[in-house]
Amino acid sequence: MNGGVAHTLAFYFLAGVTLAAAAGVVFKRNLVHSAFLLSVTFLGVAGLYMTLEAEFLAAVQALVYSGAVAILVVIGVMLTQRSDMGQSNPPNAMIAVGGLASLAIVGVIVWAVLGTDWKTGGGKVVTVADIGRRFLTDFAPPFEAVALLLLAALIGAVVLFKGGKAQS
Amino acid sequence: MIGLAHYLLIGAVLFGLGLFGLLTKRNLIALLMSIELMLNSVNINLVAFSRFTAIDAASGQVFSLFIIAVAAAEVAVGLALAYAIHRGRSTVSVDEIDWLKW
Repeated sequence: MNGGVAHTLAFYFLAGVTLAAAAGVVFKRNLVHSAFLLSVTFLGVAGLYMTLEAEFLAAVQALVYSGAVAILVVIGVMLTQRSDMGQSNPPNAMIAVGGLASLAIVGVIVWAVLGTDWKTGGGKVVTVADIGRRFLTDFAPPFEAVALLLLAALIGAVVLFKGGKAQS
Repeated sequence: MIGLAHYLLIGAVLFGLGLFGLLTKRNLIALLMSIELMLNSVNINLVAFSRFTAIDAASGQVFSLFIIAVAAAEVAVGLALAYAIHRGRSTVSVDEIDWLKW
């Protein structure tokens, strides 16, 4: 699959969609537009996973990020925004410094990536069975820890939403 | 031929966009969105490394799944915090959330 014309076209299309939507998330002044473009970004990343032959991860990305997380963010926008949605997502006074810092970090990463002789080749396609076996053998303790973390996050979110004080 | 470096560059640009949003946004929910962008860029890197190098193919995807789970927990708690702050103070602007007490 890797190396064909269709693969190359799909990669550039998905990369363009992902980066354009991500830029929209950051530069749009309207928070609702940012929230929906965030969903587009997640779907683009799921497509990139498909081009990397990580189908299970693409499905998880589409379900968890583009489904659950994007909807949570939209609900958060809905609950916290009052009026004047057109100016709901303004930049702060650090825009020059933040832009310079981001550009510097991207520059360093790009320089490092392009300057490294990557020893690629030999990678094999991962099936869902591989991932599941790994979860239940080598990564069983962190797997259980993540289960506990999700439970704690669930309870914490409910407590914070209710107000955190004892309701009588 | 699309290689490892292509994916790493995509990840770098996505990370930079997320970092820029994190540094320059006022709205707490916009900050959470930027953090999600950065976590996604890290996931792209992990999956790309697991696909193109012979080290241990399944581990990269397992790490990505852990990151996805942690990000879901983080955004749930973060949005609950944003809502709790908004209920008490009627704002989610991080420039105004600087009182350092509840």
